[in-house]
Amino acid sequence: MSGASDVIIVGGGLMGSSAALFLRGHGLSVTLLETDLIGRQASGTNFGNVRRQGRGIHQLPLANRAIAIWRKSRELLGADVEYLQSGHIRVCYRERPELVGAMEDYAGKARLEGLDLELLSGNALRDKFPFFGPDVLAGSYSPTDGHANPRLAAPAFARAAQRLGAIVHENTKIIDAQKVGEDFIVTAADGRTFRAPILLVTAGAWGNALSSQFDEPVPIVPRGPNMSVTEPVPYAILPAVGVMTPVEEETVYFRQVARGNIVLGGSTRGPSFPDQYRAYVEPQNTLSQLKQIRRLAPQLGKLNIIRVWSGIEGYLPDSQPVMGPSATTSGLYYAFGFSGSGFQIGPGVGETMAEIIARGATDIPMAPYDIARFAQ
Amino acid sequence: MAEPRIIIVGAGPSGTRAAQACVAAGIRPIVIDEGRRDGGQIYRRQPDNFTRPYAKLYGTEAGRAQALHETFDALKGAIDYRPETLVWNIAAGQVWTASGTAQEAIPFDALLLCTGATDRLMPVKGWNYAGTYSLGGSQVALKSQAVSIGHKVVFMGSGPLLYLVASQYVEAGADVAAVLDTAPFSARLKALPDLLAMPSVLWNGVALTQTLKRAGVTVQHGVTPVEIIGDVESGVGGVRFRTASGREDTIACDAVAMGHHLRPETQLADLARCAFAFDPLTRQWLPERDGDGRASVAGVYLAGDGAKILGARSAEASGRLAALAALADLGLPVDKGETASLRGDVANYAKFARGLAQAFPWPAQQAAALPDDAILCRCEGVTAGNLRAVMRETGAKEANRAKAFSRVGMGRCQGRYCGLAAAELIAAEADMPVEQVGRLRGQAPVKPLTISIGDE
Repeated sequence: MSGASDVIIVGGGLMGSSAALFLRGHGLSVTLLETDLIGRQASGTNFGNVRRQGRGIHQLPLANRAIAIWRKSRELLGADVEYLQSGHIRVCYRERPELVGAMEDYAGKARLEGLDLELLSGNALRDKFPFFGPDVLAGSYSPTDGHANPRLAAPAFARAAQRLGAIVHENTKIIDAQKVGEDFIVTAADGRTFRAPILLVTAGAWGNALSSQFDEPVPIVPRGPNMSVTEPVPYAILPAVGVMTPVEEETVYFRQVARGNIVLGGSTRGPSFPDQYRAYVEPQNTLSQLKQIRRLAPQLGKLNIIRVWSGIEGYLPDSQPVMGPSATTSGLYYAFGFSGSGFQIGPGVGETMAEIIARGATDIPMAPYDIARFAQ
Repeated sequence: MAEPRIIIVGAGPSGTRAAQACVAAGIRPIVIDEGRRDGGQIYRRQPDNFTRPYAKLYGTEAGRAQALHETFDALKGAIDYRPETLVWNIAAGQVWTASGTAQEAIPFDALLLCTGATDRLMPVKGWNYAGTYSLGGSQVALKSQAVSIGHKVVFMGSGPLLYLVASQYVEAGADVAAVLDTAPFSARLKALPDLLAMPSVLWNGVALTQTLKRAGVTVQHGVTPVEIIGDVESGVGGVRFRTASGREDTIACDAVAMGHHLRPETQLADLARCAFAFDPLTRQWLPERDGDGRASVAGVYLAGDGAKILGARSAEASGRLAALAALADLGLPVDKGETASLRGDVANYAKFARGLAQAFPWPAQQAAALPDDAILCRCEGVTAGNLRAVMRETGAKEANRAKAFSRVGMGRCQGRYCGLAAAELIAAEADMPVEQVGRLRGQAPVKPLTISIGDE
């Protein structure tokens, strides 16, 4: 037996790392197990949007909880994760004027959840954001959203958890998990075992491998984000920018980091390979992304990209995560499958899961995330 | 059966000889090259309206340069030549090219990567000041544009290029303030048995040092660079260093050419998903290949300095050898006698290259000794102290992890300039062998790619 604790967390992404931190806040002992290094896949390779707008209305309470954590992240983590509350603007194109109505409808509902959005069009939009191309019709501006650096975030949460006494094992690939009596026994590929009465699975695209061991498989599909970054240019674009559209190829977004580089994301996502621990950007997806970026902000066509990347993300058919207690096994909890939109809510997920585990209840609505929705 | 599609990336010595072998076998290869003209770096051709003679441009290598250029000129009607074209990605049996805003995906049956080399650089405090060039860059300025990088130039580093470029500058009439070699002279004597594998090349090297001597240029061995003196406004003002006997000295200059021999351009092999192995002699990760140039990925072949630094003569032989391997794998008849003879040539060049690596060793200890305020990664402006602080705070010891947290190697060169030194610094700081630091994963695009790519 390599270790016993109150809680074992399998999966060292943003969800697992933040859950570890908040569980320590509740006084529970925690062992966090990660196959590779903390935050290397979906948590570390995503776009870095700290964006509430555009999420399902039912998810806004969780997103609001998360934004409070992002705002105090520097003090909480003792590290700078480059969080900027510099706004988020979501626009639609002239060929889809019906989306303006959808934006208005969303803004009305979001306001009831405490998220204030400003609808902009015509000169008001272009005076504020002169970089938009002629195809852009209107936008919904969220001044209190923003962005952060995904490469830094999850590792900073894990280090903060460690400072509070959490045990973190990287390079620990879990091959088996079973409940024996009152305890879960979790076994690593190298034979080490870990024991705890509570098991939290935050294993992203690998989550199904563990949930299946407890007879609740989920139809998760691994994919990878399509990311690029430009060379640095003078800092001028404050908000994160995205497109509202039903067409996947048109779904691009960009943000400028304070250092000056512009991070580009979106258009078609690529495949990813959890077994090989690799994800690749397909060249045609880079090209479609750049084409859509030129449409959204034509001036960016004068810049160069210097690097592309991807990572392994887990997608569920309804784009909602599996989150909450197991339907088959007491003491077992899940938070995975965030379907390409887990970064902003990540710290809120960690805090909420810690609350559910430590106190048995939360005010956050959890019904949409119930794993039982995939039961046969 | 349709004619197999062979793509050759690079039109230097190895790419040219590979193309020649393909054409001789009745194949019309596609030759993709970033340069405006063929010749690669070492045999770089001058712009169209320049008329300097071969002897002036290429010295002892004039005959080889001329032969190579004439070979390429004669091939032009028989190959699909695409100059000023970047292969920015490789995936699923296709190369992805960019030329201006035009782009294309070209499928291949065999891909020959003849991508050449760039300078291997060891950072020195102050190397970010304007007026600091790589040895290769200073040679390009002279060879292509007939200009010197400064009025008074110090050459600092080690390797054959240090002496070659310095003597080319002397012969062009430039003021060479000093040649400062970090390698002790004794290393050369130890390397002599291997260097004797190619007596004529060795003799050429000796002749270079005599050119410098005749011109009265100070040549020092076993120096330790301390600092490139200067400021942001006016650039380089001088070089401070410790002599072999430990005395500190300063030489005034307005430009520095620096480098420690070469490193292969392996990013395309990386994107083609070739396996890499650590080479302890040069302390670099190199793509694996068999004796004829076959990479670990079927249909991919590696030749010339882009696979391993063996020099221009070896590049001609290994380019031809890799092409013959590709042709044989495609089922075309190949002269086995020639293959065997080329293998022998390459083995001899490899012995000489081993001698060079011993004579001009990579001063890994300089990375460990880099002061905290020295810039390590020039693209991202990261100091040695930044990287050390990130390592202390996060525990990062792996190359890509350290990059993710510190930005070292994250800029437009993707670590081609600073990556080897950063790995040495990490290894020293973590007190572990440099091979355990790993290697930076290459990502597309290999060079910056315009967002206007594909714009009609």
